[in-house]
Amino acid sequence: MPSRLDSALACGVAHGDLPSSPGANMSVDEELTTQPAVPGAPGPDAPPAIRVEDLHKSFRIPTQRVDSLKERAVHPFAAREYRELQALDGVSFEIRQGEFFGIVGRNGSGKSTLLKLLASIYRADSGRIQIAGRLAPFIELGVGFNQELTARENVVLNGVMMGLTPKEVRERQDAVIDFAELHDFADLKIKNYSSGMLVRLAFSVMLQADADVLLIDEVLAVGDASFQQKCADAFHQMKAEGKTIVLVTHDMAAVEQYCHRAMLLADGNVQFIGDPAEAGRDYLKLNFEAGLPQIGLTEAEADGARLLDCSILDSAGAEVANIESREDIRVRVELELLRETASAVHVGFVLATADGLGLLEFGEHLRPEDQQRPYPAGSRFTLQGRVENRLAPGRYFLNCGVTSAAGISIYVEQISTFVVFGTTKTGGVIAPEVEFQVESEEPAA
Amino acid sequence: MTTERRTAELREVQGPSALGGGSRRFFDLLWLISVTEFKRVYFGTVLGYLWSLIRPLLLFSVLLLVFTQVFRVGGDKVEHYPVFLLMGIVLYTFFSEATSNAVTSVVSQEGVVRKTQFPRAVIPLATSVTAMFNLLLNLIIVLVFILAFGVTPAWSWLLFPVALAFLFVGAAGVSMALSALYVRFRDTAIIWVVLAQVLLYLTPILYPVNALGEETKERLLMCNPLSVIFEQVRVWVLHEAAAPTAVEAAGGWLGLVPAAVIFFGTIGFGAWYFNREAPRIAEAL
Repeated sequence: MPSRLDSALACGVAHGDLPSSPGANMSVDEELTTQPAVPGAPGPDAPPAIRVEDLHKSFRIPTQRVDSLKERAVHPFAAREYRELQALDGVSFEIRQGEFFGIVGRNGSGKSTLLKLLASIYRADSGRIQIAGRLAPFIELGVGFNQELTARENVVLNGVMMGLTPKEVRERQDAVIDFAELHDFADLKIKNYSSGMLVRLAFSVMLQADADVLLIDEVLAVGDASFQQKCADAFHQMKAEGKTIVLVTHDMAAVEQYCHRAMLLADGNVQFIGDPAEAGRDYLKLNFEAGLPQIGLTEAEADGARLLDCSILDSAGAEVANIESREDIRVRVELELLRETASAVHVGFVLATADGLGLLEFGEHLRPEDQQRPYPAGSRFTLQGRVENRLAPGRYFLNCGVTSAAGISIYVEQISTFVVFGTTKTGGVIAPEVEFQVESEEPAA
Repeated sequence: MTTERRTAELREVQGPSALGGGSRRFFDLLWLISVTEFKRVYFGTVLGYLWSLIRPLLLFSVLLLVFTQVFRVGGDKVEHYPVFLLMGIVLYTFFSEATSNAVTSVVSQEGVVRKTQFPRAVIPLATSVTAMFNLLLNLIIVLVFILAFGVTPAWSWLLFPVALAFLFVGAAGVSMALSALYVRFRDTAIIWVVLAQVLLYLTPILYPVNALGEETKERLLMCNPLSVIFEQVRVWVLHEAAAPTAVEAAGGWLGLVPAAVIFFGTIGFGAWYFNREAPRIAEAL
């Protein structure tokens, strides 16, 4: 592993020395002058491999699909009802030669559309795409196979589609099938292949096309461990060979691991381009902001007290649904007493996992300053708590209880929820700082 | 090794198209797809190539029986009715096979179209090329019949490829139009089945043009470009004394104008329409 990384680093430096292309566009270059975020990335003066300027693409979705002539003849105008879906709305970016570039975004953010435009499968409404060299796409887990043909025939066909000559492809076909470990199935029709076999074959075809630019969509989500390792090795090797790779994925760990830079797309716009770790964080934030389950305060009123609100806050005091790992968990609760209360009131929380396992308890007592002067009915309290966050990424729930000796007893399960996000994957629920010290001893000669 | 890597220049990407991507790649692909498809059909089935033979031969035997024993259309107007009929059926089989396979070709190749960039026109054109392979094989049988019935080889046989070329170009033009239309209108397939059937009867295949007996009918028949091609094949290959040339049947060169307009109009429309639709095919699937 280290030797591969070293060569990848070396290649990055070499690329930095390459002369910049004469027709470089200044406005695009400006944003590239920032230092590459990852060591080994091609420098800002590396020639561009892909340049996209102000790309627009919309789809017309018929509100009522008309597929037959008769329907069109009967309703000549009804067929013209469309809903416009703006998939890409003015996207501009530039990728340098030798760069490993990640594209992340939620479902429907325009990633796949962008990739299909780059691969010349869709035509853009407006804007410019420029690509240097030959391109090999790997889209929707495949390179486009004909179900009725054998693996071998498909390999040849795809090679030619990607721009090789039939002779070149025939020379390589055995290597392709060997790499995919499908030697025993080479003459089996593709329709009889399992999905795992298909992906292996497709990936192998793409690698052997020896293209300058590779477009890869979600290859990491599938395949068994050994195939994933093969992908990883292939990525490192391609990186070392100085190929330009565009990787679309939902796997933020992969983005951080492989990519020199990453771009975050949201609603057809470029939200962020740059440091992959930051793109990953932004992506996760975006992901969990939507779809916050509203957990009710329905049972929050009982026995002389009422919970008005319970929310999770960020450090600026704004309500959030997700917290970056290691950032403090801030919780705010609002409470109203419905009757005069003289005794102490305890507001407590239980932090639990999604399956109800309680992880920790914390809370605070409210005591009237003077026993003789109880809290009057209608008193309102706002409590803010801060808890050190050592939780592993995942979803957590807060249960809240209010009790007092005077008989107040409220317990609301899952009053609030939040997601801890981070790019490190760990098992378990707790993510403390871990440090190892390794000492080794050579055996005495 | 990495420093040696060429630094390619940026090139404009235009998106998908009917023909783009260089002619060498276009013809490589066309040939490869046609040959693969041909092999698939004839090595993939038990009887293989025999099927391609049995179909027209079966049709031929039935029609021969009907039209010589029941209706007696051909008898006196054609010198060698069985040969005339077989030639017509084999040629028409090519046309109907090429076009009807083309209708669904682009849609059934969805997996490839939606994931790979390549000149889209290759798909419908390949069906014509594959059908042409079948035709060439079937013509061997026709040749056997021709010689068996005592038709003597003649120099005019050399003109036969010209007729084949016209037939091929016509089939290709219709194929392009149909395959693109089918992406939008799924009933194209049903309509074409009917139209192809009608065309069979509007072409002098079962009956010779001179059996119509009326000049107007003959001229009307010659408005069909297929009639012109089939009639010329009869003149060039079977070289019967009684067979009128297409020009004669149409009543002079002027009579061929409608057929020419329809022929080139269809090809022009097919190419234009396919080219127009090509960039959006992947989205419409």
